[in-house]
Formats: sequence, C-alpha cells, structure tokens
Amino acid sequence: MAINVREKYLKRTEGMSFSDSLYLPAVFKGMMITLKHFLFTKSWTLKYPEEKRQDVPRFRGRHVMKRDELNRERCTACYCCQYSCPADCIDIKAAEVTPDIQHNHGEDKYAKSFEIDLLRCIFCGFCQDACPKAAIFLEEEYDLAGFSDRDSYILTKEQMMEKTGGREKVRI
Amino acid sequence: MNELMIDILISLAKTLFFFGIVLSGAAYSTLAERRFASFFQNRIGPNRAGPLGLFQPVADGIKFIMKEEVIPGHVNKFFFVLAPSLFLMISLLPWSAIPFGDKLVIAGKTIPLQIADLNAGVLYMLAISSLGVYGILIGGWASNNKFSLLGGVRATAQMISYEITLGISIAAVFLLSESLSTREIVIKQMQSPWQWNIFVQPVGFIIFFVSMLAETNRNPFDLAEAESELVVGYHTEYGAFKYAQFMLGEYINLITASGFITLLYFGGWSIPFVDLYKTGLPVNIIGIISISVFLTKTAFFVFVFMWIRWTLPRFRYDQLMHLGWNILLPLSLVNLIVTAFVAVIL
Repeated sequence: MAINVREKYLKRTEGMSFSDSLYLPAVFKGMMITLKHFLFTKSWTLKYPEEKRQDVPRFRGRHVMKRDELNRERCTACYCCQYSCPADCIDIKAAEVTPDIQHNHGEDKYAKSFEIDLLRCIFCGFCQDACPKAAIFLEEEYDLAGFSDRDSYILTKEQMMEKTGGREKVRI
Repeated sequence: MNELMIDILISLAKTLFFFGIVLSGAAYSTLAERRFASFFQNRIGPNRAGPLGLFQPVADGIKFIMKEEVIPGHVNKFFFVLAPSLFLMISLLPWSAIPFGDKLVIAGKTIPLQIADLNAGVLYMLAISSLGVYGILIGGWASNNKFSLLGGVRATAQMISYEITLGISIAAVFLLSESLSTREIVIKQMQSPWQWNIFVQPVGFIIFFVSMLAETNRNPFDLAEAESELVVGYHTEYGAFKYAQFMLGEYINLITASGFITLLYFGGWSIPFVDLYKTGLPVNIIGIISISVFLTKTAFFVFVFMWIRWTLPRFRYDQLMHLGWNILLPLSLVNLIVTAFVAVIL
C-alpha cells in the first residue's frame, strides 16, 4: 500500500496555527518547565544510609520480644507462634521457672531458648497475631543484611529481648 | 635553542594543555550529564565519590581500565578495535583550529592561544567532524550485529543529511565575516555584542544549532543510539575501555559543538560591553581572562545541550529526515540567499 506522505503530513498539521507548526515556541515552553525543575524543585531522593525512612506504624521488620511493666519476660513458651508460623522458622525450647529466676518471669514456664531463623522467616506477622501474651512483635528494624555465614542469621532470644519493660512500649 | 625548536616546544605545550582541558572536560561532562539529568528529574545523582561526586569520572575511568577487554567471537577484529580509537582521535582533531583565547606574551614572544590558526579553519573543522562518522560506521559494521549496523547506518544517513544544512548555515556566516579563519570570525564579532552573529543571523543560528544537535547524535536526534529500539546502537558490542573511548569521543564532540557555536555565533572570547584592551590590563591577564570567558560560554552551551536532552523526546527517523531535507535545507538556502543580497547591498 502506497502512503501519500504529503497527504499524511497535511493531515497531521491540520488545525495548527503558524506558531504551532514552527514547534519552537512549544520547545521553549518545555525547556522552561525542565529549567524550573532544575533550579527550584527540591530533590525527592532519600540519602539512604544517612537519612532513614520514616517508620510506618504497621511495618513488619525484625522481631522484638517484649517485657512487661515489672520488667519480666512476657513469653511463656506456649508454642502458639511456633505452631502458627507458616515458614517454620521459630524454634522454642521451654523450661520450668526455678526460684532463682522467679523475679524475671510471670508464669512458671519460660523459653530457655527462642530462636528465629531469619533466612526462613517471611515476615508475615502471624507470630505476633498468635501470641496471647503480646510478647513478640515485628518492629521497624529492616536493614538485616549480613555476611554469608548462615549462623549469623539465627536470631537468639538475647538479641530480640528488650532491655527494659513497660506496658506503654507495647505496640499493637 | 634555535627558533624552530622553541616553536615546536610551544606548539607541544599548547597541544598538551588543550588535550588535557578537552579530555578532562569530556570526563567531567559525563558527570555533569548525570548530575544535571538528576536535577532535571528531581533526583540527586552520583554524589558519593568525593565531594559532590567530583571523583566519579576518576572512579569510572579506573573501572573502565580494569575491566576485561572482551572481543566477541563473531566480530571483525581489526576494525572492531580500530573503530573506537578512530572515533576518539577524530573527535579530538577539530580542537587544533579552535581559538581558546586571545594571546599570551612570554619573554617577548607572542603566543596565540590556538594550536594552528588556519586560514580555512572552519572548513577544516567541518571536514574533520564529518570524518567522525567513520568511527561509528566501522564500529557498527565490524560488530556484525543487526542493532549495531542499524545504529551505524542511521548515524551515517543523519550526519550526511545535516552536514549540508550545517555547511550552508555557516556559509552565511562566512559571507558576513569575509573570512574562513576561526580567529578572524571571532575578531569580526568583537566590537559590540550586537555584532555577534546570533543577532545578525538568528535564523541561521537556529538551523546551525539544530544541525549541530543532529551532528553530535544528541537528543532529540540520538537515533544512532536509540536505547528503546537499538539497545545502544553502534557500540552495543563494546565494553571496557573501547566503550569508554566511544563515550569520551561523544562528549568531546559535544564540547566541540559548544565551542563551535561559541566562536561562530557568540563572539568567542569577547565579553559583552567590555573592551578588554581599553582596560589597561597586562596582555597576559587579558589572555587568561579570554580563556576563561571562552570556556564559560562553551560550558554554558554544553549545559544547553544537556538541557535539551532531558527535555525533548526522540524524533522518529522519518521525522528526522523530513526536518532535515524538507524544512531545514530550503530554509538555510533562503537564509543564505537573503544574507548574500543584504551583504551586497550594505
């Protein structure tokens, strides 16, 4: 099929005024718009390692284990989180609370070790939903990258446990 | 030392000086392009290597040198290696005729700040800059790759088309300045800024500027690279330092184009409304001021080229040819004829 170039061109330029058909005024207009961005608009880039992103309230980052208002560990090793975990990344070893550590625990059972394999964890937050004691939460820490030895990705209870307690620190 | 030796040494020193300025200018315009692009897009751009990212070109250079020189199996080895060096070399050549500034006087010897004041300097620059297409075409052909070949062919057709309008629009400048020497053209414009060819030849300037955009393969005429269609066109198969040579060549072409615009249309090293020779400053100070004025104007046009690149979208190929042959060519001929009549009557 032969295309009549002239006809096509005339059709394209139909209804254009003389200054429109010069294209240059439109080009200058566009250049002024980009110049405005160049000179006046502030950059929207976040300078990442120096400035961190604002925390979003429902963000699910690294797990944190909570203490109550008397500074006792909330976790009672009920295994609810371990059962609900779809990635099977939580490993709890329970033990009985003995008198010498009674001050640290509200009930008579506690988690002797509580490990989360971060390489398996999918940060779904089911453990947080399942916990009847409000003891585990996924909070704001997200820069979890590390080196290639896999053991360093297993979070222990000591790493997750808050240093001080208090009801107001629990975030739901 | 006899006179000849001194002349040779002076020429060598000037060559090295210009070589350094142009090469580092090209390296830094890659950084400027990235920074300016990000400012136009409300980003920050590369700012990590050194203060304000100023060491980025050094880091890039080291990266390009350290990379493995890959020569694909299906290419024509000789031409594949030849193309980038040819392109880089040819892009450097026009600088021998561009006057950076007025002159220096050292130990009673006058040194014009120009490597060679040819009496047909502009013609020489035009001739050399059209040779640049060989690097692109050979690179595209030797790569033995459809995209590269298409890029090379596109670049050739585009350059040949726009060379004509470029030449004709410069011919109008020749008519007015009655000289082909770059230095003479600048001196002709020095009396007042109203003598600048941009005011004498506004239509010619627009034609020249558009053709220069097409000549340097910059947006909106970067059909030879056309990322969305041809990967990156003629240097698709190139990596490491050969790629860097192409990039350097392109940016040197950009600076050459800006220098060319400055000296043909914007009065070279003259400052508007200031006659440096009447200020009573020493000659050498005037020489240094003239260099910095020329470089400032050139840098401004490099900025304008980048500004256009980040404003306008790419032309379609038939639109490019339509613009070149159907619009700019007749327009430049009319401009030339009108200029000739006016020049004869006045």
